[in-house]
Amino acid sequence: MYMNNYQQEGDYNTSLEVADGIRLKPVNDSSFAETLRKNLFDGWKNTLLTLLTAIFSLFLVYQVVTFVLANSWDVVYDNLRMLMIGQYPVDEVWRLWLSLDLASLLIGLTYGLWKGAGKSVAFTFGTVYLVFALIPWTTLNTSLNLATAIALIAVGYAAGDKVAKLKLPTLVLWALFIPFSLGLLTGFGGLLDPVLSREWGGWLLTVIIAMISIIGCFPLGVLLALGRRSSLPVVKYFCIGYIELVRGIPLIMVLFIGQLLIPLFLGGETGIDNVSRAIIAYTFFAAAYLAENIRGGLQSIPSGQYEAAQALGLNKFKLTFFIILPQALKAVIPAMVGQFITILKDTSLVAIIGLADFLGTARRISNNPEYLGRYMELYLFVAAFYFVFCYLMAHVSRYLERSLAKGNG
Amino acid sequence: MESYKKKTTPLWRNRKVVPVIFQILFVIIMGTLIWILVHNTIIGLNRMGIRFGFDFLNLRAGFNINESLIEYSTSDPYIRALIVGLLSTLRVSVFGIILATVLGVLVGIAKMSDNWLLSKVASVYIEIFRNTPLLLQIFIFNFAVFLSLPTIQEALSFGPFYLSNRGAVIPWYTTHATTWLWMILVVAYAIFSFIVFKWLMNIAVTEGKQMHPFLSSAGAFILLNLATFFIVGQGPVQLVTPETTGTAITGGLLLSTPFLSILLALTIFTSTYIAEIVRGGIQAVPNGQTEATQALGFKPSTAMRLVIFPQAVRIIIPPMTSQYLNLIKNSSLAMAVGFQEIVGVGNTVMNQSGRTLEVIIVIIGVYLFFNLTLSLFMNLFNKKFQLIER
Repeated sequence: MYMNNYQQEGDYNTSLEVADGIRLKPVNDSSFAETLRKNLFDGWKNTLLTLLTAIFSLFLVYQVVTFVLANSWDVVYDNLRMLMIGQYPVDEVWRLWLSLDLASLLIGLTYGLWKGAGKSVAFTFGTVYLVFALIPWTTLNTSLNLATAIALIAVGYAAGDKVAKLKLPTLVLWALFIPFSLGLLTGFGGLLDPVLSREWGGWLLTVIIAMISIIGCFPLGVLLALGRRSSLPVVKYFCIGYIELVRGIPLIMVLFIGQLLIPLFLGGETGIDNVSRAIIAYTFFAAAYLAENIRGGLQSIPSGQYEAAQALGLNKFKLTFFIILPQALKAVIPAMVGQFITILKDTSLVAIIGLADFLGTARRISNNPEYLGRYMELYLFVAAFYFVFCYLMAHVSRYLERSLAKGNG
Repeated sequence: MESYKKKTTPLWRNRKVVPVIFQILFVIIMGTLIWILVHNTIIGLNRMGIRFGFDFLNLRAGFNINESLIEYSTSDPYIRALIVGLLSTLRVSVFGIILATVLGVLVGIAKMSDNWLLSKVASVYIEIFRNTPLLLQIFIFNFAVFLSLPTIQEALSFGPFYLSNRGAVIPWYTTHATTWLWMILVVAYAIFSFIVFKWLMNIAVTEGKQMHPFLSSAGAFILLNLATFFIVGQGPVQLVTPETTGTAITGGLLLSTPFLSILLALTIFTSTYIAEIVRGGIQAVPNGQTEATQALGFKPSTAMRLVIFPQAVRIIIPPMTSQYLNLIKNSSLAMAVGFQEIVGVGNTVMNQSGRTLEVIIVIIGVYLFFNLTLSLFMNLFNKKFQLIER
């Protein structure tokens, strides 16, 4: 990467000679001081820019640090349980820990088996657990549970690193994990004490809504994308109409439609609760966006692939699902992860329709007169949490993008 | 020959028949589904004793709207309330789009900078505001920043600008008798200087003389305006600076807290996406183009203006359009902090009149109209910048 020393764009002052010199020069030739000079103090304009930016950013960092240190964060830690799991019954919290332990083990296994971006996922989760385990106001019970989760990541890593045969079982476990943990949370339809969806809340509700919507919108998005490229005009225009209609209206409208019209559409007395209606709305909304991402992938497949598959005598179904789709989906993994990040962020909108998700809970707590005017601490905590997980997903997506680009030569 | 004749394509593999059957099936299934939904809806509406129709829009609204660009009172009909909401959406969107574009381009350029520190600061800005929910940012600006400011009695003042928990008061203008005359004249001057610019440019290009087209036309524009100012004796508008009386602030324009929060949050959130689009667009122009301009002896600014930027714009326009549309759609989140735009007003109308279905149809119609209009404009713009291929 010679980009470090020589910026391709913007640097029009470089004469031809310098540009050639850079190309011939090996990368790590310059000393630290020289690199510093070149990147930061190259001429008076650049120096001024550096100084101004440095003063500005130091000021901001100073402000943030003093804010963090000067405030007692009691509004956050008094309500930590509320923010994390809402009204989930205290006696049943072991189900959440069990799900978390399972997830940790799987993350550890994935890291051990595939390395790569699994490393950042494992370390981020480990760090978040560690921070929550070490902050002084968590109960001993919570700390022990978090320590178990950290240990399970380590165990998973060790097992995955040593035994390469675990790849298939890990994938199967991942596929089983989400239905299993959802069943565990709700009580397997009566096997355990049922926990109703109105008792879910906080980060737990956010994750549940995001996860089910992501899983639900995927098949729908694939079908819509295929339908949009179909040669059958009826199917094609139906899909175009649906995609463009949904993409044209704001998400909050879709949520309103879900809350107010689904009971009307389905005949009134159906027992669909608020949370499920929100999840249905998200699923149908996200499917339209995902379909457009997948369509991009479908369009990138060269026609030679179709012709080759036809020459081999594959029928339309086999051609689509075994030749075209796998390549198309692989090509748009980064775009799809971007879409999933958007879904995670957008789940915060259920706060407007009155559900107590992560942001909705924070909003309710801030309305409590006991914590009047303590908005900043509360919302910064919420922001930090969202940021960690969205950034992690973005990071994984960039990693996948790079490794896929490498794979394609 | 007989055995050959028997081997016709069976019906289920006939390439002419199968698609037709499939489409008929699709129509039947979708039609049934839609019919069930519509049927249920009709039954539900009947049970509630509501007759579907848009007549209710002429009924008295009876609720108040805090901010309105046109006159509105509680005795006005629902339709006027919805128009007030529509105008508020447009107000936030237009300012949001302008500010987000400016900020986004600046951050995008900063991220491409040679200066390591500046580029890192731009990256951090982008990552922070991209990876947190927009609604959270709106809450932070509204509740944690603006509502925590001092009361209007102790408003912070920065020159003619005042900041309090009610919002910001900025200098504004009032029109007077000569404003219309001024508007006509300024437009006329602008057209005139544009013609001068084209004319001088044409001479410069065809005859190779140095004519300074930009300097001359801009100079002519400024001189004409100055001359008018001395003849008329006053500027186009009267500037009104706000003044504090201790308990209230008079004069100027009040930008309310919810409006400022939503505008700021939309601007910042969208600017992070625009920054990445701008950076991606400029970096997508092949490096050979830059080298070619250097070889031809172009000034860096000229190379940017005439060679790099026109090529980058082609790549930038389509994603930029969708960001603008996203901004318009995201402005609906303003209802969460009490700024009443179309969705917020629509929500109140739904609760008041019970006409959920009708209001939702109206709002969807409005947004589809926005989408089509903006897409149309962007397509025209795109055509102008399209690569003309041989």
